[in-house]
Amino acid sequence: MEADASARWSPGGGRWRRTLESRRVLGPALIAPAVVFIVLVVGVPFGWAIYLSLTDAVGGSLHGNWVGLDNFTNAWHDANFRKALENTLIITLASQAIVLVGAAVLSHYLIRDFRGKWFLRFLIILPWAAPVSLAVLGWLWILDSLFSVVNWTLGHGLGLVSTTNPPQWLGRPNLALISVIVVQAWRILPFAVVIFLAGLASIPTEVDDAAKIDGAIGFKKLRYVTFPLQLPIALVALLFGIVFTAADFTVVYVLTQGGPFNSTQVLTTWSFQIGVNSGSLGEGAAISLYLFPLLAAVTIAMLFFARRAQVS
Amino acid sequence: MSESFRAALHRYSTYLVVGPFAIVLAFPFFWMLVTMFKTNLDLYNTQNVPYVYNPLRWAFWRSATTEHVAYVFQQTDYPRWIFNTILVGIVVVAITLVFALPAGYALARLSGSWGQMAGIAIFLVYLVPPTLLFLPLAPLVARLGLEDSLASLMLIYPSFTIPFSTWLLMGFFKTIPQELEDASLVDGCSRIGSLVRIVFPISLPGILTVVIFAFSLCVNEFIYAFTFISTSSHRTISAGVPNELIRGDVFFWQSLMAATLIPSVVLALLYNTFLDRFIQGFTGGAFR
Repeated sequence: MEADASARWSPGGGRWRRTLESRRVLGPALIAPAVVFIVLVVGVPFGWAIYLSLTDAVGGSLHGNWVGLDNFTNAWHDANFRKALENTLIITLASQAIVLVGAAVLSHYLIRDFRGKWFLRFLIILPWAAPVSLAVLGWLWILDSLFSVVNWTLGHGLGLVSTTNPPQWLGRPNLALISVIVVQAWRILPFAVVIFLAGLASIPTEVDDAAKIDGAIGFKKLRYVTFPLQLPIALVALLFGIVFTAADFTVVYVLTQGGPFNSTQVLTTWSFQIGVNSGSLGEGAAISLYLFPLLAAVTIAMLFFARRAQVS
Repeated sequence: MSESFRAALHRYSTYLVVGPFAIVLAFPFFWMLVTMFKTNLDLYNTQNVPYVYNPLRWAFWRSATTEHVAYVFQQTDYPRWIFNTILVGIVVVAITLVFALPAGYALARLSGSWGQMAGIAIFLVYLVPPTLLFLPLAPLVARLGLEDSLASLMLIYPSFTIPFSTWLLMGFFKTIPQELEDASLVDGCSRIGSLVRIVFPISLPGILTVVIFAFSLCVNEFIYAFTFISTSSHRTISAGVPNELIRGDVFFWQSLMAATLIPSVVLALLYNTFLDRFIQGFTGGAFR
């Protein structure tokens, strides 16, 4: 700031100063440090991971012998990998379906002003604000094999499940998968609600007034006014939701550790299992890399739709 | 339908929808609260009603205990983890602001048409899963002599806080009228001078929002915190609680739930306070 003040008082200010003043130079100069940092801590390791996936590198090393696409084909022919890929897709799609419906309904009401809104909103965003690894511990306790409060409520309270042989939520493959889906939906829902609220808030009040004058109320308004205007931001929420769920490691790792019998492994946890626990760094990287084109394709598709929805 | 009935229906329908959602979403935290004060005899008796403090159910303060909560703070590294988490958070937020403030401003004002593309480019960074990055990062961190130190987290965390913060800040800066800056430029202020003296002070609420959310991203992070750090006293809460408070198959549920609930509630209070501003920055960044 001192240097800047002195430059202000010296007419002319020197060539360096004037160059810095021009938009063409100042813009890139302000962006460059952030870009360089990101390239160093994301770009370089990303490139390195791609290199590792083509080698037979083992745990703790940064180099290996070139093996071409062997790691990718080996992973592809492994039944556990197939299961992990399938689970990643199922968990992501199922949880985001729940999230979209829930967020659409909840945000529609939460945008209103009502008494106690601050407190109810606090309760609703708790799952989003809580550190994931800690929140999942809460679920681990709720779904405990012996002392599950869900089983007590369903069994002793409502008589819907057996009290002597209650469902083992984390001990049976299908139930464990359902549990992971529920926890993912629970964790992402508040975030999606917030994005939906942002979308609703950005609809100008003139649109509301115009809709009222044109006689669009109730369902008609929802169908012809609110829904089309909401579509771009709903897609953004969905995009974030898909990326956050598909790339998540914590929920499965803390809740089931991929078990029982690897039935709830997802790509991220399976990559960790192979790359770190088994020490096959190269194959671990290859497994993780299967995720990237998947996410990139989803992103490009979504951004395309979002743009089109926005124009029309 | 009479008008007043309609109004009442409108009002109560809000509670009828929002209420159940709030109950379901907050239930795990309610359950943490109930669990953390339970005595062992009460907690591990499957015949007991879990929702109340047995056996003196109408005098819960005599059948509940705070000893498990005290245990977390007195007998474990938990206070240390909180300190470490805050330390990492503060350093990372500072680094983030140094990089993201100029970048966010430039994307909002100076960069022209490709500024919009940059918003998308920033998002692409999120597509690279941390589970992929940490495979080469782990040996790299070891080579740099940073393994098992908080410095490794301070170095790596900006990789996800900078893109996020740049995006939010871009949204906030766009809401500031260009005229204010033009006026200061006419008055003889340099562009950087007007940035420091005019734009940043006005954006302080937005910057504070970014600070809160970037900080919470650091608290949230699990995989780097879990793999880069191995000594208990060096851990942060997100990796310390699940790894160190569980000994083999033995779970100290009351202590675990206390350790889980406290940071969650603090963060949720912060989020709720800054939520409206977050929404403002979010829409500004993505849709203008």
